[in-house]
Amino acid sequence: MLHLQDITKVYRRRQEEVVAFKATSLDIGLGEYVAVVGPSGSGKTTLLSMLGGMLSPDTGKVWFGGESLYDLPINERTRRRREQIGFVFQTFNLVPYLTALENVQVPLFLHGVGKSEQRDRAVSLLEQVGLGNRIEHKPSELSTGQQQRVALARTLANNPRLILADEPTGNLDPDSREAVLSMFDNFVREGRTIVMVTHDPGAAARSSRRLCLNDGMLVTPHEIHTTKAA
Amino acid sequence: MNLKTLVWRELAERPSAMLTSTLTILLGVTALVAIRHVTVFSEREVGQQLQSLGANVLVLPKDATLQDYYSADLTERTLPESHVASILLENLPGVERLSPKLCVSAKVANRDVTLTGILPQSEFQAKSAWQSVSLFSNKHEGCKKAACGPKTYDAAPETLASERTIDQLKGNEAVIGADVAEFSGLKPGQSVELLGEKLQVLAVLPRTGTVDDSRVFAHLHTVQRLTNVGEVVNAIEVMGCCEDAAGGLVPKLAELLPDAKVVTISQVVSTQVGINRLMSQMSLFVLGILVIVGGASVASTVSSNVRERRREVGTLMALGATPSLVTRMFLLKAWTLGIVGAVGGSVLGLIVAMVLGSQWAGVTVQPLPDLIALSIGAALVITTLAALWPARSAAKLDPCCCFQEF
Ligand SMILES: Nc1ncnc2c1ncn2[C@@H]1O[C@H](COP(=O)(O)OP(=O)(O)OP(=O)(O)O)[C@@H](O)[C@H]1O
Ligand SMILES: [Mg+2]
Repeated sequence: MLHLQDITKVYRRRQEEVVAFKATSLDIGLGEYVAVVGPSGSGKTTLLSMLGGMLSPDTGKVWFGGESLYDLPINERTRRRREQIGFVFQTFNLVPYLTALENVQVPLFLHGVGKSEQRDRAVSLLEQVGLGNRIEHKPSELSTGQQQRVALARTLANNPRLILADEPTGNLDPDSREAVLSMFDNFVREGRTIVMVTHDPGAAARSSRRLCLNDGMLVTPHEIHTTKAA
Repeated sequence: MNLKTLVWRELAERPSAMLTSTLTILLGVTALVAIRHVTVFSEREVGQQLQSLGANVLVLPKDATLQDYYSADLTERTLPESHVASILLENLPGVERLSPKLCVSAKVANRDVTLTGILPQSEFQAKSAWQSVSLFSNKHEGCKKAACGPKTYDAAPETLASERTIDQLKGNEAVIGADVAEFSGLKPGQSVELLGEKLQVLAVLPRTGTVDDSRVFAHLHTVQRLTNVGEVVNAIEVMGCCEDAAGGLVPKLAELLPDAKVVTISQVVSTQVGINRLMSQMSLFVLGILVIVGGASVASTVSSNVRERRREVGTLMALGATPSLVTRMFLLKAWTLGIVGAVGGSVLGLIVAMVLGSQWAGVTVQPLPDLIALSIGAALVITTLAALWPARSAAKLDPCCCFQEF
C-alpha cells in the first residue's frame, strides 16, 4: 500500500547540506506492522512525515494506495490523510484548551461529521480506551498515560487504514505503554497497517518487520552496529 | 465541535492574549462613534437654527449677543424703528423683505409667553413715505433667482411659520404658536387678553419645533403701545433674495446703520459650524488611528498567536485540516476580537456621545443605526485586512512541526 521510489530529502541550512533520508525503493504492504529504529537524527521522523503526505521529498515519488501522494493537489493530499491516515505523537499533541471529548471530535469535525454523531462517536471511542468517565477533562487534568489514550481515540476516530506513530511509547509508564501496544496489535489484527518509529526494543520486537535507519539510509541492523562501533 | 467552538474555546481559555488589540479596536470605535454622533446632531441643530432664523441678515442693537437673539429673543436693548425706513429708502440691491421685531414677555392663561410685535408686509406698501421706492424690486447683480411678479400681499397668516413674515395683520389681531394654542385652548376667532388688551386670534401657526411655537405674534405698533417703549424694535430681519445677496448686504447695512450690529445667520452659527468641521476632521483622524494602530495591533496579535499555536496548527494539519481551514480559523479569531471591540466600542461611544453631547455641545444625541453599522463594518474590514496576511502565513506553516517537542 506504500511504496517509496528513488526518494531523497535534503535539508539545506546556509552552506551545510544534511541528507535526512535517501532510499531507492521501499515497499510496505497492507497489514504490515513496521518498526523504524535508528539513532537520533537518522531520519526516522523525516521518513514518517513523507509517508504521511506532510513533507515532500526533493526527488522521487511516494505511492499511497496506487496514487503518487505528492502529485496530488494539496487539498486532495490532505483529504487522504484525513480519511486514511492516523498519527500518533510522542507528546500526544492534544489541543490543551479542548476537553478529551472535544479533542476526539476534532478529526470528526474536519471530516464533516454532524454534531450529534460527532459526540456519540467520540464518547464511544473514549469508552473503548477506558476513559468514558473523563470525557469532560482537559489534557492538563489527565495523566500522561490517559492523555496518550485520548490521542489514540482521536487517531482512530476516522477509522484510518494506516497509523504513523512517532515514538508513541516514549513518554509512557509500563502499564500505559502496554495499553498502547496492545491496541496496535488489535489494529494490525484487523488487517490494517502501522509504521512506528521507536527507541523501545520491546515495542520493536512486537512488529512484523524492522527498518533500520542510519544517517538517512536504510541499513541492516548489523551495519548500524558497525557504524556505532566505529 | 466546529470552527467556532475551536476558536471560542481558545479565546475563552486565555482572553488576555487578545485583550490589547480588542481594547485598541474598542477605543477606536468608541471615539469614532462618539465624535460622529455628536457631530451629526450638532450639525442638525445648526441646520434647525438656520431654519428657525430664516432671515439672511440680522440687524441687532450693538451690544446684543447673538445667543440672546435666537434663544429667547428678550433683550432690553433696542434699535429705533426708523432704521427700517432707512434701509428701505436706501433701496439696497438684493433686499427682498424686511421684518422688524419687538419681543416682550406676556402671560396667556397664566403661562409666560413671548409676545412678538411684527410689521405686516402690506404696510410697507401702504406707507406713503416709502411709496417712491420701487419696493424690493432692486435685484442685486448676477442674482440667479427669477423675478417675482407684483406682490399681492394676500398670503394666509399661517405662512408666518415658514416665511417669517406676514402679509396682513391688523392692530387688534394676534397669531399664536402651536404650543400656546395647546395650553390655552385658544382657537381662531376667539379673543385673548395680552398686556391688558383684548386681541382677536387670527390664526394658529402650524408646529415648527422651534421657539416660535411658544410665541404670540401681534402688530408691532400694538406691542409698542402696550409696553410704552416708544418706536423701537429689538431686531430687524432682512431677507436677501439669496445667500450671495446676504453676504453683499452686510457691509452696506453696517455703513448705513453705524449704531447697529449687522450679522448674517451663518455668522451666528459660525462658531458651531467651525466646531462641527473640526469634529468632522477629528473623526477622520480617529478613523486613521483606528486603521493604523488597530490594524497593526490586530496583525501583531494574530501573528504572535500563529507563532504560539504552531504545533497545534501542525497537529490539525496532520489530522486533515486543509490550509484554507487554518486560514479561516485565524480570521475567525480576528473577527471575534473585531466584533467584540466594535460592538463594545459602539455601545460605549453611544453612551459617551449621549452624556458628553448634552454636557459639552448642548445637543441631544440619539442612536444612529446607519452610523453604528458603518463603524462596526469599518472595524471588521480593518481587522480582516490586518489578519489576512498572518492568517495565510499560518496555512503555509510546515505541518511537520507537530513532531517537534516544545
Ligand atoms: N526542518 C529541518 N531543517 C533542517 N534540518 C532538519 C530539519 N528537520 C530535520 N532535520 C535534520 O534531518 C536529520 C533527520 O532528522 P529527523 O528529525 O528525521 O531525525 P530522527 O531520526 O527523527 O531523530 P530523533 O530520534 O531524535 O527524533 C537530522 O540531522 C536533522 O537535524
Ligand atoms: Mg524524530
